[in-house]
This record gives sequence, C-alpha cells and structure tokens, in this order.
Amino acid sequence: MARKSSQQNGRLLVIDDLKVEVKGKEILRHVDLAIDKGETHALFGPNGSGKTTLLMAIMGFPAYQVTGGKIVFKGQDITALPLNERAEMGIGLSFQRPPTIRGVKTRQMLEIFDKGEAEIKSMAKGLDFEEFLDRDLNDGFSGGEIKRSELLQLTAQDPDFLLLDEPESGVDLENIALIGKVIEELLQRELKPQEGKSRKELKRERWKSGLIITHTGYILDYVDVDRGHVLMEGELACSGNPREILKTIKEQGYEECVNCCRI
Amino acid sequence: MAGKREEKKDLARVAAEKRAAFGADINMDDYSPETAAHPYQDDLSAFSQAEQDQMLMAGVDFSAKNRSGTFVQKDLSVVHSRSTQEGMEIMDIEEALKQYDWLHEYWWQAVPVDMDKYTSRAELHQEHGYFIRSMAGAKSVYPLQACLYLEQDNLAQDVHNIIIAEEGSELHIITGCATAPHVTQGLHVGISEFYIKKGAKLTFTMIHNWADKVAVRPRSATIVEEGGLFLSNYVCMQPVGTLQMYPVAYLVGEGATARYNSILVAPPGSEIDVGSRVLLKARGTRAEIVSRAITTGGKIIARGHINGLVPEIKAHLECKGLILSDEGVIHAIPELEGHKQEVDLSHEAAVGKIAQEELEYLMARGLSEDEATATIVRGFLHVDIEGLPPELKAEMDKAVEMSEKSLL
Ligand SMILES: Nc1ncnc2c1ncn2[C@@H]1O[C@H](COP(=O)(O)OP(=O)(O)OP(=O)(O)O)[C@@H](O)[C@H]1O
Ligand SMILES: [Mg+2]
Repeated sequence: MARKSSQQNGRLLVIDDLKVEVKGKEILRHVDLAIDKGETHALFGPNGSGKTTLLMAIMGFPAYQVTGGKIVFKGQDITALPLNERAEMGIGLSFQRPPTIRGVKTRQMLEIFDKGEAEIKSMAKGLDFEEFLDRDLNDGFSGGEIKRSELLQLTAQDPDFLLLDEPESGVDLENIALIGKVIEELLQRELKPQEGKSRKELKRERWKSGLIITHTGYILDYVDVDRGHVLMEGELACSGNPREILKTIKEQGYEECVNCCRI
Repeated sequence: MAGKREEKKDLARVAAEKRAAFGADINMDDYSPETAAHPYQDDLSAFSQAEQDQMLMAGVDFSAKNRSGTFVQKDLSVVHSRSTQEGMEIMDIEEALKQYDWLHEYWWQAVPVDMDKYTSRAELHQEHGYFIRSMAGAKSVYPLQACLYLEQDNLAQDVHNIIIAEEGSELHIITGCATAPHVTQGLHVGISEFYIKKGAKLTFTMIHNWADKVAVRPRSATIVEEGGLFLSNYVCMQPVGTLQMYPVAYLVGEGATARYNSILVAPPGSEIDVGSRVLLKARGTRAEIVSRAITTGGKIIARGHINGLVPEIKAHLECKGLILSDEGVIHAIPELEGHKQEVDLSHEAAVGKIAQEELEYLMARGLSEDEATATIVRGFLHVDIEGLPPELKAEMDKAVEMSEKSLL
C-alpha cells in the first residue's frame, strides 16, 4: 500500500526507520528519508555522526549491516539486495578512499560501461584526466585525482541516483569549479531556459537525483540542491532549506541548528 | 675438445644419483628414453591442427610471419629449424657444435654439469636442443621462436640449449613447451645457458603448456657482461605434474641488468617450485625479480634470491600470491643477501585472498562478484614489464588471456 503511494508521488528513494550497525556497533537509528525523482539533497553533520555510514548502507556494502527498517528504491525494497544489483538499478557512489587495483587501468573501468575510444577521450578531457587513463586504478592518485577519477567513472556509469561523499574536500579551487560543473551536469541541476517552459516545468523534467555530503557547502555554489538534512549522533535531527541550514551551522553550530529545527 | 667433453661426462657420471636441492625427487627410470624419430618438416603448415593448437598456447606462431626464425623439436627429433633474418642464427645444437668448434667453450660454462641428477642426465642422455645466436650488432626484427614438444607419452626428453647475444646485439626469443593432447605424463629436462655479451640485450619469454602428470626440471643460467640486459618472462598457467627450477643470472660486467618476471598458476594436482636468483658481481648492476602466483588448488613455492656481492648495486624482489582455493598453498621465500655496505636491496611479498575492498569497489560499479573477481585476477596477472617490446608484451598477454579462460 505504502509502496504504491510512494511511487505515485514520484518517490525515488524512501528510507524507513533505518537502523545500521558496523562491526556490531549501532551507528544509525530511526532514520527516515525520502528523495523524489529529480531532487538532490544535501547531508550535513559533525564528524562521526554517521553520514558516510548512511551512504554506504544505501549502496549496500555488506559491512554496513541493516538491522532494522528498510530502504525502498524505485518502488522496490532493496534492503537485502547485493551491491551490484543496486548499481544496476541505478545507484552510483563516489568513493572517498577507493582501493588501488593493480593491473586494472582506469580506462577499463570506463569500458565496462561500453564506452568507445572517442567517448572515453572526451569524458576524460572534461575532467582533465587523460594522462591517468592508462595508469593502474587509483594507484598513487592524489586526493583531487581520486575525486576526478570517481566522477569520471560515475559519468560513464550514469546512474539515476548519485551518492557523493564530500566531493569537494581536498580539491583545489580550480578543480572545485571543474568538479562542480560535472556534478551539476550529472544531476541535471542546470536549468537551461527553454521557450514556452517555466522553471517549474523544467525542474519537473529532471530524472536524476542525488544525496551529497558536505561540510563546507562549497559544492552548493555550483550545484543547487532542493533540501538539506542534518545527521547528529546517528539520527536525522533536522531537515529543511539547505542554504538556511548551512548558514545556521556556520554561524551557530550544529546544536543550535538542531534546536532551531525542533521549534 | 673431445677430451673436455669427456671430462664433463665424467663429472656427470659422478652426479648421476645426486638429489636436487629442491623439488620432489623423480625416479627417472620410470620414463622411456627412446621413441621413434619424427620426419623433418620444411613447411610449418604441415604440422597437424592439434599440434598447432597446443603449440599456439605456448606462444608459437605457425604462420611465422612475425618471427625471425623458428625451431621445433618433437620428442627427440628436430623437425624444423630455420632463420629468416640475416644475423640471426637458430639451429640444432648438435649441428652448431659440429659447425663451431668454439661453442664447446660455452658447453656447461653457466650451469654446472654436476649440479644434480638432472644436469647429469642431460649430459649423459642429451638429445638435441637449440642454438640461437644474434651476431654482433644485429637486432632481431621479430622474435625468434623455439618449441619443445612432447608427442610420445611417458617419454624422457633431455635437451641442451645455448643462447648467445653477441656484442651490441638485440635478441628476442619466445620459447614454448607443450605436449600433445593425448600425453598425460613424461619428463622434460632442459638445460639452457645464456651468454649476453657487452652491451647486448636479450629478452626471453618462455611459456609452458604441459600436462597433468608431466615432470619438468629445467636448469638454466645466464652470464651478463658489461652493460648487457637480460629480461626473462616465464608463464606457466596450465596444469603440470611437478615443476622445479631456479634459474640464476650472474651479472659480471659493470652496469649489467637482469629482470625476471614469472607468472605461475597451480590448479589442483600441480606442484610448482619456481624461483629466480641474481648474483650482482659488478658495480652498477641492477636486478629485479617479480613473481605472481595463483593457486586454484595446487601448491606453489615461489622463491627469490638476490645476492649483492659488491657495492653500488641495486635490486628489488617482489613476490605476490593469490589464493583462490582453500586447498591450495602458496609459500613465498624471498631472500636478500648483502655483502657490502653500499648495496640497496629490497623486497615486497604478499600472499592472500582477493581483497574484499577491491571486490566491493568493482561491484559498486555494477560488476557481479564473479566478474569483479575475474577483473582483479586479470589485473594481478598483467604485469607491466619494463623494457619488453610491445609486440612481445602482446604475445605474453595473449598467452595469459588464453589460459585465463580456463582459470576463471
Ligand atoms: N568500518 C568501521 N569500523 C568501525 N567503526 C566504523 C566503521 N565505519 C564507521 N564507523 C564508526 O561509525 C561512526 C560514523 O562514521 P561515519 O564515517 O559514518 O561518520 P561521518 O559522519 O561520515 O564522519 P566524517 O564527517 O568524519 O566523514 C564513527 O564513530 C565511526 O568510527
Ligand atoms: Mg564521512
């Protein structure tokens, strides 16, 4: 019943009373979150509050064990689905610390998604990544190179729902602009004026969605997001206008922001 | 010369029962020392399709289009031998010994004839083998290929090969060893002595495609003179009964370099004991030993020994093992030995299963667990080899890929 109505509302992701454990320790509890088709949300919260854990649980990493509640994606309960099946359903994640895989080239990762030589070249060019294509995957990549490599792979994968964990951290100013632009495109955030269509109509035509973790909010200068959430000690403590939340956190801290929400 | 050969034979007789330092002790009387002779084939296409298929798995190109010469020995008969490039010699070692008196000076100069019962046997029962030489300053346009083939079941094949890269020359060799499809057992004892003269470069890519119960005991050594380069690639991904070898390179001239690269796969029933050893005996010499071992149920001992005898040398040993079955064993034994203060020796060894983190990374991109495993294993086996010409790298990748299919 609930499933049907969520579909009708254009719900892409519905998280219901989620509880997640890592190595037997409860990290997340009572997490409820809904993201509609075409929407991008921001996730804030202090270090160790469980933001990465939430993303990993949505993607389906076995170490992040769901011990209660459920995750529904595109109307299907995916709580028990393996990683690769979630990827196939259209969920994509950028890793913060991806492992080095010896003998596997970044280029091969793009070929997985049936990208031809020309397409690979132009995608890599867009992220200034051509010289790394034939290096072992993630081998000795700098922080900024990792971000670009992850985004390059996500561009090839082209998922409907993107999970981005601090995409701007450790990235220099020039590259933030570059990365911001790519994410904006991946999430269809840019609204190109079109004759006879209002902004509202244009927004409704989007089908890409995302959840972006950010501390600094720099990425929000490039990617306009619809909603923000604050995670505190494993619970979603506040939701609302992302820019207002960020402003409150910056000026008064997380506690105050959460108090503010409660009112 | 005859006297010298007699001396070697005497030494060999004394060592006839001498057990090898490593590997299972083989009862060589179990194998037949004789078989019918095979006719010489001038035309490579005269080989049967089955033979071509088996040899192809060992890197032998029957079109010979991209080869500067070909040598094929079937059982105890040399059935084809021809060079197609000026300055490159490839021939039956017996012929070469007749033709060149000086060649006796190279006979058992790198490998001691009384090393063990296998070198002894090779001297006392030797039937052919190949002689390959690049003349001073000559460069092989395409690699030369040599194939040692076992057609007769349960045969003992004892060969002695000599390879000489004369001063300033560049020689590329692909050698394959294979068995006919119906062969299940046999013994192969192969002596290979490599001599790399001043400023010469030799790349030697050896691919083994044996059978379930074949016993293999190669004995090889390389002497590298000043500024010379020896690059050895060894691939054994097909089943083998018992294989033991520990080739050694002596870097005797300043600035000489040796690189050994081995790819080993042991399916259930295979026992592989393979190592590489380099003695750095002159200043400015360099060595690198890299091995990749995978067990899907067999046993692999991966050895490596670097011995730095003089100052200002640098060498590295890397030994990685992947265990894909709980029935399998990988035992890595890397050894570093330094005799002077100014030696720079290092090693890196790791044995284990596929990292969960790597699997999950690929699965998050949509690969199934099996696909992700295959991708990681493939990457593990595809080692970038510095100094190997791209065409040879392609040949090696091809051999690895053909075997991967049965592995995964
Ligand atoms: N693999 C793990 N093993 C042990 N503890 C873990 C593991 N993963 C997460 N945790 C713990 O779970 C809690 C939440 O971690 P998480 O990485 O989700 O926080 P975060 O909100 O992303 O923090 P940050 O802002 O620092 O990235 C932390 O206390 C962390 O130590
Ligand atoms: Mg985090």
